[in-house]
Amino acid sequence: MSTATETHDRTDGRSQAAPAPPGRSRQLLRWWPAAVLLVLVVAPYSAVPVPGLLDGPLGSAGSLQLIATCLLFGALATGYDLLLGRTGLLSFGHALYFAAGSYATNVFLLEAGLPFAAAAVLGLCFGIALALVLGSVSLRVTGIGFSMVTLAFAQAGSILVSRNPGGVTGGEEGRAAPADLLPSWLVGIDNTANLYWIALAYLVLTLGVVHWAVRSPTGRVWEGIKENERRVEVLGLKPYGFKLTAFVVAGALAALGGIVHLLLTGGSTPQTTTSDFTLSLLVMVVLGGSGTRWGPMVGGILYTWADHRLGDLAGSGAVADLPAVLRVPLSQPLFLLGVLFVAVVHLLPGGLARLPSRLAALRRGGPAEEIPPRKENGNP
Amino acid sequence: MSTIVLLTMTGLGLGALYFLVASGLSLIFGLMDVLNFAHGALLSIGAYGTWWAASGHLPGAGPGGAGFVLAVLFGTAVGTVAAVLLELAVVRPLYTRPREQVLATVGVGLAVPALLSGIWGSDARTFPGPKALSGTFGLLGAQVPVNRLVLVAAAVVVLVALRLFLGRTRHGLVVRAGVEDRAMVTALGIDVRKAFTLVFAIGGCAAALGGALGGLYFGSVDPRQGTSLLIFAFVVVVTGGMGSVTGAAVASVVIGLVQQFANYYTAAGLGDLAVVVLLAALLLIRPRGLTGRLA
Repeated sequence: MSTATETHDRTDGRSQAAPAPPGRSRQLLRWWPAAVLLVLVVAPYSAVPVPGLLDGPLGSAGSLQLIATCLLFGALATGYDLLLGRTGLLSFGHALYFAAGSYATNVFLLEAGLPFAAAAVLGLCFGIALALVLGSVSLRVTGIGFSMVTLAFAQAGSILVSRNPGGVTGGEEGRAAPADLLPSWLVGIDNTANLYWIALAYLVLTLGVVHWAVRSPTGRVWEGIKENERRVEVLGLKPYGFKLTAFVVAGALAALGGIVHLLLTGGSTPQTTTSDFTLSLLVMVVLGGSGTRWGPMVGGILYTWADHRLGDLAGSGAVADLPAVLRVPLSQPLFLLGVLFVAVVHLLPGGLARLPSRLAALRRGGPAEEIPPRKENGNP
Repeated sequence: MSTIVLLTMTGLGLGALYFLVASGLSLIFGLMDVLNFAHGALLSIGAYGTWWAASGHLPGAGPGGAGFVLAVLFGTAVGTVAAVLLELAVVRPLYTRPREQVLATVGVGLAVPALLSGIWGSDARTFPGPKALSGTFGLLGAQVPVNRLVLVAAAVVVLVALRLFLGRTRHGLVVRAGVEDRAMVTALGIDVRKAFTLVFAIGGCAAALGGALGGLYFGSVDPRQGTSLLIFAFVVVVTGGMGSVTGAAVASVVIGLVQQFANYYTAAGLGDLAVVVLLAALLLIRPRGLTGRLA
C-alpha cells in the first residue's frame, strides 16, 4: 500500500511539483487558488483585452459566455474524475446524467409550468434517482463490462431523447428554455455576468465536494478500490456500496451541471446525450491528468477553449487556402482532438498535471519518473 | 405469418452484422482487456473502402458481379491493414497499461469518422451493390430482401472459420489460452504479443467485412454508422460473455431479433431501448452474461 500512497501524494501535492520555495513565500504560494478565484469573480467588471485567447475584452458578453462554458466543463470533468481517477470506474454514460438534469428541469418548466427553482430541484432529484437506479444495475458488472453497460444505458437515453416521446424533448432540434418562465436576472445578453457567476459557483462547489469527498473515510475506500478492489473486499468492506456512492455523487454533480448548461445555452440540445459527449469528458480528464486535484479542471477548460478555437480555425481563410492533404484534417475539429488525445495518452502519461514534475525530473538530469502500470479492476 | 418471417430474416441479418463486429471485439477484449473503441472505425473503413472500390475507383471492381466481390475483398483488406496498423502503432506501445490502451482507441474512434466526413462529407452516400443482391425472394409467403441472406451466410462462414481456427490450429490454441489466462501463457514462454496482432487482424477483418456488407443492408454508408453499430456490439459482447465467440453469436441473434420485433410491434425506436432493458434484466439475473464468463 505504501507505493500507492506515494503515488497519490506525488500527484496530489502541488508544492512537491517544483522545488519548494522556502519560508514565507511558500506560505503565500499556497493561497494561489484564492487569488485565481478572486480574479475570476471580478472578471466581468474588467475590460482588459486578451488578444489570441478571447475575441472581445474580458468583460464582454461573448468572452464571459466562453469563459463560463469553459468553467462549466472544467467542473463537469472534475466531477467525472470522481469516478475515473478516484474510484477507478470507467463510465461511458456520464452524458446521461448531465442531459437528465438539463432536460428534466426544462420539461418541468415547460410542461408543468413550475417556477425555475422548483423545476431545478426536481430536475436534480430526477438526475440523482436515475444515477441511483442505473448505477445499481451497471455496478453488478466490474471492469470494462461496467463501461459497456453504462454506455448502453446512455445510448438508450440518447435514443429516447431523439425520438421525442410525447413531444417533451424536442427530438433532434432540442428544446429552448422559455425566457418568460425564467427569473429575469438570468435571461438576456445583459445578464451574461450572472450566468458566468453561476458557472463559477458550480465549479467551486464541484471542486469543494470532490475534495471533501476524497478526503473523507469513504474517499479512502474509493482509493483502495481503485488500487485493488479484491483487497478492499478481503478487508471486509463491500465495494459495491462505496462504488454506488461515488456513482451517485458524480451523477448528482453532472445533473447540476446540466441545469447550469440549460441556463447558459438557453436550452437543452440532444448533442449532450450522445456518447461523443461522454468521450469528450474523458478526453478532458485524461488531457489534464486523471486523479489529480486540478488536472481535470484544467483539462476541461483547455479542451472547451480549444474546441471553440479549432472550430474558428476550421472555418478560417488560412485553412481554406491549404492543399487538400492538410486542409481536410485541419477542417475537422474532432480529428484534431482525437489525434491530440492519442498523443497525450502516449507521450504525456498522467496528463498536464504531471508535466511540471516530469520537467523538473528532466532538469535534474535524472530519468523522468514513470507511472507504475495500473491494475485493471476486477481482473486480478 | 409473412410479417413474422420478414421480421425474423431482418432480425437475423442485423444480428449477423452485430456478430461480425462483436466477434473481433470479444476476442480482443478477452485476450487483451482492451475495449476497442476504434472497432467501429474499422467497420467504417471497410465500408468506405468497399464503397470507394465499387464506385469505379479501383480497376476491375464495380457494383456488379465479380467486380463487387473484388470491391468487398478490397474493403476488407483495407480494414484488416488498418487494424494491424492500429495494434502496432497505437495499442502495442501501451502494452502494460490496459486502461490507457482503451483511451488511445477512443482517440482513434473519434479521429477516423471525423477524417472520413472530412474527405467524403458527413452525409450518407448511396452504396452501389449488385442488382442480384438488391432484389427479394419469396419465403413462406414473405418477400425477403436477398442481402439479409448474404449477411447471415457471411456471419455463419466467419463463425465456422473462427471456431475452426480457434479449435484446430496452434495459433488458435495460443489465442484461446491467452483469453483464459494471459499470465500463464506468457509464463510458458509464448509471446502473447504476436497473438495480439493476430487477433486485431482477425477482428479488423470481420469488422471491415461487416462494414462492406452493412452497406448492402442499409443501402448507404455514412461516417457515423460504425460508431452506432459499435454500441450494440458492446451490448452483444456483454450479453454473450466476454471473450466467447459462440456467446457473441447467440447474443447477436437474440439482440437482432428482439430489436426488430420490438421495433415493429411497439413504437419505432423502442426496439433499441428494449435491447438495453434486456441487457439490464440479464445482468440482474446473471451478472456474467449468457455463457457465464467473467465480465
